[in-house]
Amino acid sequence: MIISKQKDRQELLAALEGRDRIFLVGCAACATACKSGGEEEVFQLQEWLGGQGKEVTGSVVIDEACHIMRAARDLRQHYAQIEEAQALLVLACGAGIQSVSGSTDRLVIGGVNSLFLGNVRRFGQYEEKCSLCGECILNETAGICPVTNCAKGLLNGPCGGMEEGRCEADRDSECAWVQIYERLKTQGRQGVFARTVAPKNWAKGGKPGKHKLK
Amino acid sequence: MSKLQQQLDAGQFVVTAEIAPPKGSDPSEALAKARSFSGVTAINVTDNQGANMRMSPLALAALLVRQGQEPVLQLTCRDRNRLALQSDLLGAAALGVENLLILSGDHARFGDHPEAKSVFDLDSVQLLQAVEGLTLGQDLAGRSLEVAPRFCCGAAVSPSAEPFELMFQKFAKKVEAGAGFFQTQAVFDPPALERFMAAARPLGVPVLLGVLLVKSARMARFLNQHIPGVQVPEPLVERLEQAADPLDEGVAIARDMVAQARSLCQGVHLMTLGHEERIPEILHQTG
Repeated sequence: MIISKQKDRQELLAALEGRDRIFLVGCAACATACKSGGEEEVFQLQEWLGGQGKEVTGSVVIDEACHIMRAARDLRQHYAQIEEAQALLVLACGAGIQSVSGSTDRLVIGGVNSLFLGNVRRFGQYEEKCSLCGECILNETAGICPVTNCAKGLLNGPCGGMEEGRCEADRDSECAWVQIYERLKTQGRQGVFARTVAPKNWAKGGKPGKHKLK
Repeated sequence: MSKLQQQLDAGQFVVTAEIAPPKGSDPSEALAKARSFSGVTAINVTDNQGANMRMSPLALAALLVRQGQEPVLQLTCRDRNRLALQSDLLGAAALGVENLLILSGDHARFGDHPEAKSVFDLDSVQLLQAVEGLTLGQDLAGRSLEVAPRFCCGAAVSPSAEPFELMFQKFAKKVEAGAGFFQTQAVFDPPALERFMAAARPLGVPVLLGVLLVKSARMARFLNQHIPGVQVPEPLVERLEQAADPLDEGVAIARDMVAQARSLCQGVHLMTLGHEERIPEILHQTG
């Protein structure tokens, strides 16, 4: 899931300056689960905008705002309300915001910051475990990603900052390389320690990205 | 061939020390400090140590060469991607810098620019491989160099880090990747050093023991709390606490570690933190 968090209200107010009629867009997928852009948050934002002397011309919560065609279709159904508005305020991740901005000539303002691809521990508590780097070595690291979980993204073992199994950059976190080492040992495997991992091919991330998977 | 390389090859007991580039554009004080070192084969020039922004170590290393002293250029993976690192390495060779120390680098979070993006495009093992590739005339993309540089290239190790096997596998990878010598993190614990050297010796790479001059019990406690991989054992902290002159006591402790190094290692790397005048005393052989 994409973890996102609403921008602070002062920042939003500054972005909306001079725009008094706003159309609101939320997302029924990740932003709803993160409580940053579901029905409830769209409603709260509408209330708040009213209090700021702004008029909300309408709103829609798109099933998955990242779905480009679906976003376009849902927005078409609100054509009149969008025409009436001076800006669309979108409570969805960066992908969702761009589905919307690609479907309208109107000014689009993002109302959230996208943080990371998150695993959910419980609602409101997320963990980042994958960086979507395009070159996965999880099979050799006992299913623990060093690209994401090592503060330095090192590929050949811990840095000199590892101390008592803790990470140099955050003493409250375990060193990812100690975790990898211990889990591999439990499994009786050498895994990634059997080879020197070559420099990472960042080109596999393929930016800017348009992907057709076969 | 660098003096450092020659002495390592000859199996002589090697002494290195270090200076930090200035936080400013005038190198004269750092260069004067380097001139005051005596009995030192080569001088490490730190690379934005602790992720605090300072003058480029490449510039200061080249200035050391110009004043007839031999630098060990420290190069961290934190600040540059593979293009910049290789480019700096070629530049270093052109400026007469032959010795390198390859490091991951402290995370930017600790330094004076905590909002910076840490790069880590390569890790220290991969950068060692890159250095070796350059000396063989090839860059990381497999393209040929017009003229290949020559380096005496070292790496770092924390002999007392735990888990030992995990630390050691990285050490072994660095050896395999072409590290020609090691400078260690400061060690104050002879048994930990003996254990490490027993495992390291068969790999046949010279190890220079990191010897840090601890000036006071307060500093020892600070090291224990804040510097990863450095542990000053409690009896030594007490010695410093009770000493009439803690700095003298620190010198004595450093001398003890140098004596350990003489029997176990191939040299020492001295970190005297502003007390360079005590180096001859620290190196003075007793008994």
